[in-house]
Amino acid sequence: MRKITLDRLDEFFAAVAGKLKLYIPVDTAGGAQFQQWRAGAKMSDALNTTRSAKDFFFPQTENLMEFKTEGKKIEIIDVRRENEDFAIFGVRACDVRSFDVLDRAFLSEPADTYYQNRREHGVIFSLACSKPAETCFCGTFGIDPANPKGDIVCYKTDDAIYMEAKTEKGANLMDSVSDIVAEDEGGDGESAVNAQKEIISERMKKLPLASLSTDKFGGDKTAKFFDDPAWKSLSESCLGCGTCTFVCPTCQCYDIKDFNAGNGIKRFRCWDSCMYSEFTKMSAGQPRLTQLERFRQRFMHKLVYYPANNDGMFSCVGCGRCLSKCPIQMNIVKVMKNLGEGGENNG
Amino acid sequence: MQEITRDTLISRAKELLASGEVDRVYGWKRGEFCYDVTPALFTDAESLEKDFEWGDFCGANLSKYLVEETRKSEGKILVFMKPCDTYSFNQLLTEHRFDREKVYVIGTPCAGMLDPKRIRDHAESFTSVVSDENGVTVSTLFDGDVKLDRSEVMPDRCLNCKSKKHVAYDELFGEDGGTIASGRFDEVEKIEKMTPDERFEFWRGELSRCIRCNACRDVCPACTCEKCVFDNPNSGVENKAAENSFEEQMFHIIRAFHVAGRCTDCGECSRVCPQQIPLHLLNRKFIKDIDGFYGEYQAGAEVGSRAPLVDYTTEDIEPSDAVKGGDENA
Amino acid sequence: MADMKEPLIPAIGEVVDIRMDTPDIKTFRVVTPDGKKAFDHRPGQCAMLSVPGVGEGMFSITSSPTNTEYMEFSIKKCGCVTEWLHSMEVGQQITIRGPYGNPFPVDDEFAGKNMLFIAGGVGLAPLRSVINYCRHYRDRYGRIDIVYGSRSKDDLLDYQEIINEWAVDEDVHVHLTIDREQEGWDGHVGFVPNYVKELGFDTENRIAVLCGPPIMIKFTLAGLCELGFEKTQMYTTLELRMKCGIGKCGRCNVGSKYVCKDGPVFRFDQLDELPDEY
Repeated sequence: MRKITLDRLDEFFAAVAGKLKLYIPVDTAGGAQFQQWRAGAKMSDALNTTRSAKDFFFPQTENLMEFKTEGKKIEIIDVRRENEDFAIFGVRACDVRSFDVLDRAFLSEPADTYYQNRREHGVIFSLACSKPAETCFCGTFGIDPANPKGDIVCYKTDDAIYMEAKTEKGANLMDSVSDIVAEDEGGDGESAVNAQKEIISERMKKLPLASLSTDKFGGDKTAKFFDDPAWKSLSESCLGCGTCTFVCPTCQCYDIKDFNAGNGIKRFRCWDSCMYSEFTKMSAGQPRLTQLERFRQRFMHKLVYYPANNDGMFSCVGCGRCLSKCPIQMNIVKVMKNLGEGGENNG
Repeated sequence: MQEITRDTLISRAKELLASGEVDRVYGWKRGEFCYDVTPALFTDAESLEKDFEWGDFCGANLSKYLVEETRKSEGKILVFMKPCDTYSFNQLLTEHRFDREKVYVIGTPCAGMLDPKRIRDHAESFTSVVSDENGVTVSTLFDGDVKLDRSEVMPDRCLNCKSKKHVAYDELFGEDGGTIASGRFDEVEKIEKMTPDERFEFWRGELSRCIRCNACRDVCPACTCEKCVFDNPNSGVENKAAENSFEEQMFHIIRAFHVAGRCTDCGECSRVCPQQIPLHLLNRKFIKDIDGFYGEYQAGAEVGSRAPLVDYTTEDIEPSDAVKGGDENA
Repeated sequence: MADMKEPLIPAIGEVVDIRMDTPDIKTFRVVTPDGKKAFDHRPGQCAMLSVPGVGEGMFSITSSPTNTEYMEFSIKKCGCVTEWLHSMEVGQQITIRGPYGNPFPVDDEFAGKNMLFIAGGVGLAPLRSVINYCRHYRDRYGRIDIVYGSRSKDDLLDYQEIINEWAVDEDVHVHLTIDREQEGWDGHVGFVPNYVKELGFDTENRIAVLCGPPIMIKFTLAGLCELGFEKTQMYTTLELRMKCGIGKCGRCNVGSKYVCKDGPVFRFDQLDELPDEY
């Protein structure tokens, strides 16, 4: 275990940023956002960032390749830039789990190499949550915010941050900055961290969504929920916007589009949303005609289809972003509570 | 004077359902917490009693839902509307977006809504909010109760409320108010005073946060095109994040142009923006300019009024006077 | 072979022959710039073709894997990419990546069986590859029946190949039909589902493979069930919107399956397990 006092945090960030690109959460007019660290940047105290940390591995837009055309000939130009080491500081336990969820999609054969390269080059400093919000329900998915996963796990107390490397990648990075952040030998580290864990566990029990359960969901429940009458009332006021999917750390749908910039053609990938009416539209037809079907797809995927393909793992981490960001305040918690309860009006 | 409560509205809705005057009710529905209120359709007394909500967090403007809902059946819909919502309602009628005969409007009084985002700035992990004339008491999970002034936790659109007057209703609860000379153009004026470079930087900074979720468009009562150009894959400006960020900025500016003269300044765009971009300021700039060039005009104040931008009079300002080349405020 | 280590990055393909099959379907022959087949495939698999600047689209490979020199794609004009493809001239380069999806089980469940192929319109395209595969390894299969219908004689895909090659093969029985009477047509007139019932196939040791518009599939399936076919002996191939081709972009997700990866070939009993969203 290593310790850095908060008054020396900037020094620590500077040291890490001297090794690789470092991103930390900072406060902006749009809430906390991860930004590249610069001297003097102040780390946000917010519980979580508005956008999730998935952006680092699966950015909202990325240029996949470019083309040059001349007459009938085509040339493909490699424009890849994802092979650069970076570190993200302050990722919460829920977002760390979201990387596992995304890995199973993007790294299953054949692996998405753009994502894979970023994963290999990213170092994750996770940060335990000392004060969870009323919208948090990571515990529902077996996530423990007192013991986040990550390359280096951090605990923030009133005056210091304690860090422990959990992977080789994390240990190597910490070793490279050991002159700034030394081993906390014989220090108060262990007791301070344990006290933190204790507080977090107690607070988790008080959360209003602490008892939310996944018991009724799982990979074999398509028939049970697909025609549930509750979908109608749950989806009836859905605007069909993409807010939930875009702030969601596990939503992974994307589009690939070409863009003729005038001086060459770019093929880029961008986030897409199953909530959008055009998502499945073909010249020949539209398998999901109404918002009910599109709304259902999103939640069936998280609670049934994804677990069916991934050993029962759900594609939700309980971060609560959709709870605070949905324009009409509809969200996965309401879906989980109302499905399977029999009756439209429960929605 | 009779005090208007949730029960007042529920019992009137039940009466109208029971008499057959209406066969469904568009209102607001309770959620998990005090603030996560969802627009919802009610069809029976039982669900109204169980789930209907009326209070500080019923900010959602229900008028746009009527466009689709009125098409679904011949029956009449009861809808509850705050004063600002009724302007959108009228504007939609002006644009012939639904049949007035299919809607029964109950106007409800409004003391200004509360903004969960602003409450969170003062009180983390809050679970309940009690408000009265003395202010707002917020209970939190870990920090006890926090007392706040109402003005500290109201959204900008309510702090700068333009009207407490219902411009459309079949039945009104509470006493009607009047229009208010609010400071809603103050922020616009600040931006106008910037140099073009500062202004460009201001908007570039704000709009750079856009994630192109389209929530602003999808909630906007002025955006009711059957098929939005940004949803058309053949338009070349389809609805997703663009390869270059300039397109994102264009999206908002094009949208502001498209709703100019029709935007009632309901503020829903800024309410729903997950990135807290003050989108309503773009629309207010148009409203302010239209007021300045053509005389005061409030979209939705009257059904059937012709907005200055789609009307012509010989007194109209010459375009060359409205926008002077090189004008810093252009 | 396209580089499956980089699944989203295509190879260059060159169009060396374009055949106007019907008023709205053209068949394109594609090879690499050095004149070779771009990659090996199995019957029923697909490839992503793209026109840079216009877009990418998934198309079934209509030539048989037994053809080692080139690949063919029969493409109906119905959108941006296909319109551009239809406007191409020989020599034009496009991009190609694949192969994608599960093939028909031609060497397993189909081996030794009597084969009944039923297609409507451009639905013959995905079946052409498996029909020619079966003809190539003729002794591995029993009797072959092909029921094919289209709007008119002019809309019959691969007509010359059907008449001059398939119909003259031993124990290959071609049954053509068109929707309405037409001058110069003395064959059968009527819709495919009815024609299948008229022909009345027995179910013994037989596999049926269906491909065509959803309405044709629906009624033909019902007809075959009436004739006693089990869902376990009937196959089809699905078409949904696709972008990645590797089961990640989410577009072709139906239940827990991705049509691009787990399909496009499905047996009808497998389809019954999926929610009705295809």
